[in-house]
This record gives sequence, structure tokens and C-alpha cells, in this order.
Amino acid sequence: MTDSLAISKFTELANPTRFLALAARILPWMAAATAILFAIGLYLSFTTEGDYQQGATVRIMYVHVPAAWLSMMCYTVMAVSAIGTLVWRHPLADVSHKAAAPLGAAFTLIALATGSLWGRPMWGTWWVWDARLTSVFVLFLMYLGLIALNRAMDDPSRAARVSAVLILVGFVNIPIIKFSVDWWNTLHQPASVIRMGGPTIDREFLWPLLVMAIAFTMLFFTLHVMAMRNEIWRRRVAAQRRMAARLAGREA
Amino acid sequence: MTSLLLRDLKLSVRAGGGALIGVLFFMTVVAVIPFGVGPDLNLLSRIGPAIVWIGALLSALLGLDRLFQTEREDGSLDLLLMQEHPLVLTVLVKCLAHWLGNGLPLVIASPLLGLFMNMDEVAIGATMLTLLVGTPALTFIGAVGAAVAVALPRGGLLVSILVLPLAVPVLIFGVSASYAAVEDPAPFMPPFLILVAITMFFAVLGPLGAALALRNAGD
Repeated sequence: MTDSLAISKFTELANPTRFLALAARILPWMAAATAILFAIGLYLSFTTEGDYQQGATVRIMYVHVPAAWLSMMCYTVMAVSAIGTLVWRHPLADVSHKAAAPLGAAFTLIALATGSLWGRPMWGTWWVWDARLTSVFVLFLMYLGLIALNRAMDDPSRAARVSAVLILVGFVNIPIIKFSVDWWNTLHQPASVIRMGGPTIDREFLWPLLVMAIAFTMLFFTLHVMAMRNEIWRRRVAAQRRMAARLAGREA
Repeated sequence: MTSLLLRDLKLSVRAGGGALIGVLFFMTVVAVIPFGVGPDLNLLSRIGPAIVWIGALLSALLGLDRLFQTEREDGSLDLLLMQEHPLVLTVLVKCLAHWLGNGLPLVIASPLLGLFMNMDEVAIGATMLTLLVGTPALTFIGAVGAAVAVALPRGGLLVSILVLPLAVPVLIFGVSASYAAVEDPAPFMPPFLILVAITMFFAVLGPLGAALALRNAGD
């Protein structure tokens, strides 16, 4: 009973007007929560002591790690939306994975860039062909390819279904990225926060990191809802332009 | 199904030298490398397996956009979609035909290129073996890309961009198995078996994804 209720709520959202109303109501709250979390997170990450070996460069981690997490979470969100597109033909799922792709590309780029900045003083090089780095770079290329594919097709619903297939096929890369540091023992350090047996990272660094991670996640969801709203508006404008053109053609 | 296989094979061999172009491109790519890195035979024999693999990967991409494109242009794709055989099976057969027409010639041509690269017999044999089991995976992954881009007027380049990231694991394990055969400390079997596993995995996933994309790409 509760299940069917949940599903009916979910299908109600398929009406873009309802979604827009909901988005208008929750967006200010989400944006405010993001701003507050970032304020706390940034304060914490700047006031805590630097590492005894790495000094202030350890603070790069507070941006790098959440961005890297989000680059994978964003793809997971896209994969779930892709299932929504293919299985239920949920119209918002189309919009969702289209809107998420540029965000994912941006977070992946941030993760790569900050990792590179950190790698220069720590490893003595901007870039190595390490398993984790390479697989994240491949993820970045996949995001760009998906954006290109989506842009290449005129019909939005067909573009959504076709890119949904590709998203699902590309999802095999996500576990490879997650476990690459455990499978191949290369330069990138192994997982230290989400692992069996609890985090190995010191409490002092863990707190700012967690707050920043939540802040980044909220930022992602805020931007995602905003991008979805923009996409719906864009489609409406396109539809109205077509209607106007048709009317003009009839009158002429 | 057999007739479809034969038809596709004939098309790939006869129509405009499709298969030959792939082999020619393969040779050109491999031949260009020594101009880039210099004619040092020791260096060439060390990086030889990798060069042959990259050449094979690039030329496997070359013919991919035609996998479904010509069918769509002359309308026979709609017939394939309408027939009663499961579409996944049809796609699988088309992939096999494509591999026989475009992938197998690459495998056969690879020993010659291995000689150019000053590789020894073991390395040549290992590279050929890994190409034999690895290139079908490239075709199966490529089928998804080709099916996704089938409705696009100029999908060829896009197919390559979409397919290359997914083909990276095949390249990694193909090359590492070839190296392992030459260098003593690393065992040959583990990377080779992973390569086989990747091929079998994509033999299932590729046609499924391609069939799904083809159904959705139709109007």
C-alpha cells in the first residue's frame, strides 16, 4: 500500500508543471542549506591545523575528495535516471540525466585539477598514469561524449533514450574507478574514509571533510534541480516557438 | 541467421574494399610510429605489442559507423527490426559478421607488423592471440556506439569518441598479457583470462545495449 502510494507520488512528479512548482518551493531552502554548509565547511577546513608532513596543502583534500565522490555519484544518478527513461518512460528522467551530464563533467574536472595541484608538491609530478587517475580521466571523457551525443540529436526524447542506453553501458566504469585503488596498488592512496573497519583518517581531518562532502552534495542537488528546471523551460520555449511558426505559416 | 551472416560478410568484403581499408589503415598507423619515436630497433621491440594493439584498436573503430548505417539508409534496418527473430540475436550475428570481415583480417595482419617492429616470436604469438580474443570485445562495444549514433548524419567521429573510453580496459589487459608473455616475472594467464572475461561480458552486454538503442532510434 505504501509502495503504490510512493509510486503514485513519483508519477505525479512526471507532470512538469508540478515539478516546477515543487522546485520553486524547495530551491531557496536547498540553496540556503548549501550556503550555510559551505560556510561551516570552509571555516573548518581553514582553521584546522595542517598535517605535520603535508602542511597547508592538505586543505586541497577538502575540495578534491568531495568532488571526486560527486563525479561518481553524479554518474550513478544519471544511471538511475537512465533506467527511469528506458523502463518507465518517465519524462523527468530524460531531463534529469541530460541536466546531470555537464555537472558531472564539471565535478570530474575539479577533481582532476585539484588532484593535479596536490600531486605536484606531494608526488613531484602533475600527472601519472595511475589506475585511479586514468579511470577518472576516462570518466571525464565519457561525460563529454554523452554531452556531445545529446547535443547531436534534435528530438529530445529520442536523444534521451539513446543516451540512456549508453549511460547504462558506461556504468561498468564506476566500480572500476571505486575499486581501482584496491585492485591495482599504484600511486594513488587506498580508500581511507568509506572502508571496511571504519575510517583510518584522523578525526581532525574527518570532520571538515564530511561537512564539505555534504555541502558539495547539496550543491550538486541544488544545481541539478536548477538545471532540470531550465531544461523544462527551454523545451517549453522551443515548443511554443514551433507553435508560433506553425500559426505564422498558416496565416501566410 | 546464416544468410544474414553470409550477406554481411559478402558486403564487407566486396563493398568498396571495406575490410581491406581497415587492414591498410592498421598498417599505416603502425608504420607511422617509427617515424615518430625514431628507428631504434630495441625501443620498437619493447613497445611493439602496445603499438600493434593501438593500431588494431583504431582501425577497429574505422568501420564501426557502417555497422548499421547502410541498413538504415536503404531501409533494411526496419525489416530487421520487424522480423520475428529476437533483435539481440540479429545484432549478435551482425557483430560476428563485422568481426569476421574487419577484425579477423587485423589479427591475421598483425604478425607481419610484429616483424616490422622487431618483436620476437613469442611476443608476436602472444600479441596475435590477445588480438584474437580481444578484438571481438571491441566490435561488441562498438556495436552499442554504432547503434546509438545510427540516426545521426555524421555519426562516425562521435562513435569513436563514445566507444574509445569503454575500450580502454580491453587495451590495458590485451597489452599487459602480451608483455607478460615476453617478460618472465609476470604470469601470462591472469591478464589473458581477464581479457577473455571482458570479451564474454561485452558479448552479452553489447548486443543487448545495441538492440535497445536500435529500437529507440527508430522513429
